[in-house]
Amino acid sequence: MTTAIDVRNLTRRFGSFTAVESISFDVRQGEVFGFLGANGAGKTTAIKMLIGLLAPTSGQARVAGFDVSTNADDVRRHIGYMSQRFSLYEDLTVRENITLYGGIYGLTDSEIRDRGDALIGTLQLGRSSDERVESLPLGWKQKLAFSVAMLHEPAVVFLDEPTGGVDPITRRQFWEMIYTVAERGTTVFVTTHYLDEAEYCDRISIMVDGRIAAMGAPAEVKQRFGAATLDEVFLGLVRPAGVQTPQSA
Amino acid sequence: MTDHAVASSRAPLEVRGVSRRFEDTVALSDVSFAVNAGELFGLVGPDGAGKTTLFRILTTLLVPDSGTATVLGLDVVRDLWAIRSRVGYMPGRFSLYPDLSVEENLSFFASVFGTSIDEGRAIIAPIYDQIEPFKDRRAGALSGGMKQKLALCCALVHRPEILFLDEPTTGVDAVSRREFWDLLGALKKSGLPILVSTAYMDEATRCDRVGLIQRGRILAVDAPAAIAARYPNPLLAVHANERHKLIQSLRDYQHAKSVYPFGDEVHYSDARTARAMDDIVAELRTYLAGSGFTDVRVKPISAGVEDAFMELMGQPEAAVKAAA
Repeated sequence: MTTAIDVRNLTRRFGSFTAVESISFDVRQGEVFGFLGANGAGKTTAIKMLIGLLAPTSGQARVAGFDVSTNADDVRRHIGYMSQRFSLYEDLTVRENITLYGGIYGLTDSEIRDRGDALIGTLQLGRSSDERVESLPLGWKQKLAFSVAMLHEPAVVFLDEPTGGVDPITRRQFWEMIYTVAERGTTVFVTTHYLDEAEYCDRISIMVDGRIAAMGAPAEVKQRFGAATLDEVFLGLVRPAGVQTPQSA
Repeated sequence: MTDHAVASSRAPLEVRGVSRRFEDTVALSDVSFAVNAGELFGLVGPDGAGKTTLFRILTTLLVPDSGTATVLGLDVVRDLWAIRSRVGYMPGRFSLYPDLSVEENLSFFASVFGTSIDEGRAIIAPIYDQIEPFKDRRAGALSGGMKQKLALCCALVHRPEILFLDEPTTGVDAVSRREFWDLLGALKKSGLPILVSTAYMDEATRCDRVGLIQRGRILAVDAPAAIAARYPNPLLAVHANERHKLIQSLRDYQHAKSVYPFGDEVHYSDARTARAMDDIVAELRTYLAGSGFTDVRVKPISAGVEDAFMELMGQPEAAVKAAA
């Protein structure tokens, strides 16, 4: 069993505020790992450290075998990343986006052409390959962005709320794409606000106030908290009894 | 002013046959529904369904190509100035002044409508009480949940007669979403009619009635339970040891109509509407056991709004727009 992501006591402070407080976990190769938490719990800060965009204050993390503090460039070359907010260039066509990202990832022209053809074929985007990305429906943009993030066959792919606002059928198709890349050995690190999607992960962690408050397979986590659904677990961790806000009481 | 006399007997919001295009894109196609007095009405559909276009028409910021709509009995095209002062609108994007403080934003919105925070106090109190401790903080420095509450206060401070909320819970975590809906429930008790849009199917059950919308068309309008009850096929929740394989095997089953993962289960709908449920359950168990699955659980279930939405939308959106 190969470890794709290895996080030890990872911490990040901003002034006196500790955004991420000594989190530790590992994710094995080919695993689908759901990284959950409330808004402001520290998820984004943690992801920025894992993709080599933000230096940790203390602790270590290795992603795809590279240390995020000392080998951030190597980390970035061996991962894929997509989010709902930033994915593709809207003004470029489908094919132009593939060529652009292929170049950024250092693929050869023939690799870009072959993998681009394969990607367009798999997504059945043949008729749209010369359309500007902005003309595609959101669900298709997201499927395309995921495929582009996989162009260089990264060891680990980070998906930050990839399905927000996507229709319920396309959302499920997106998860089938996730399963497919995971079965081929790519490690998938995904955040979502849909707790039904958290059930699709091999394991999940739930962050609360900068710390990991729960981790394990969804069934284990539910069992440990004596909850029927992950929604219940989440509610219990984020709003423990006694500190409920007035409107939730 | 005769309009007002007529208005009193009307639903606070009526939309009749509204269509709107942007060049070759059909944003709204023959949309009709009404929001009744005191009703919390949800417009439920994915991004790109036309929800924001409809909100912009109903708040008089955009004119429909065809069809009519009345808000508080006033026509959205002819009576735009009269409508604007009487509705509250919270747009999907955060649209407050990030460099002004919480209190300054609220004062500004109150003054635009010729009122003051004190005059609007009664209606905003349940929400404003939670953010008042931060009234001197810059709006841009608030957390997501607090920004949302401030935006709601700004939409309410002039005591509107109807409230329009465009995707207030997008990008918001599950707990904050639940709290926001609790707030809407409290507001509804004051009798304020509310039209709220969302891409989260699970939020439909918090509404009195919903309109399901996809690609500019209304798929259904009714109470959430009534929409779910019209689901046409036998529906079963299936669980087995290997979910991804289970989905594929169920799709290969000769009587499968649709197979979708739902949390830790898979929802299977059977194409045979006349077959007895007990028989379907027994046959499916036999099929799955024969396919090598263990830990198989099969149970008949009632459809939810998300099942109904997927059934009604039929096909996911195509990548290529159909030739108009």
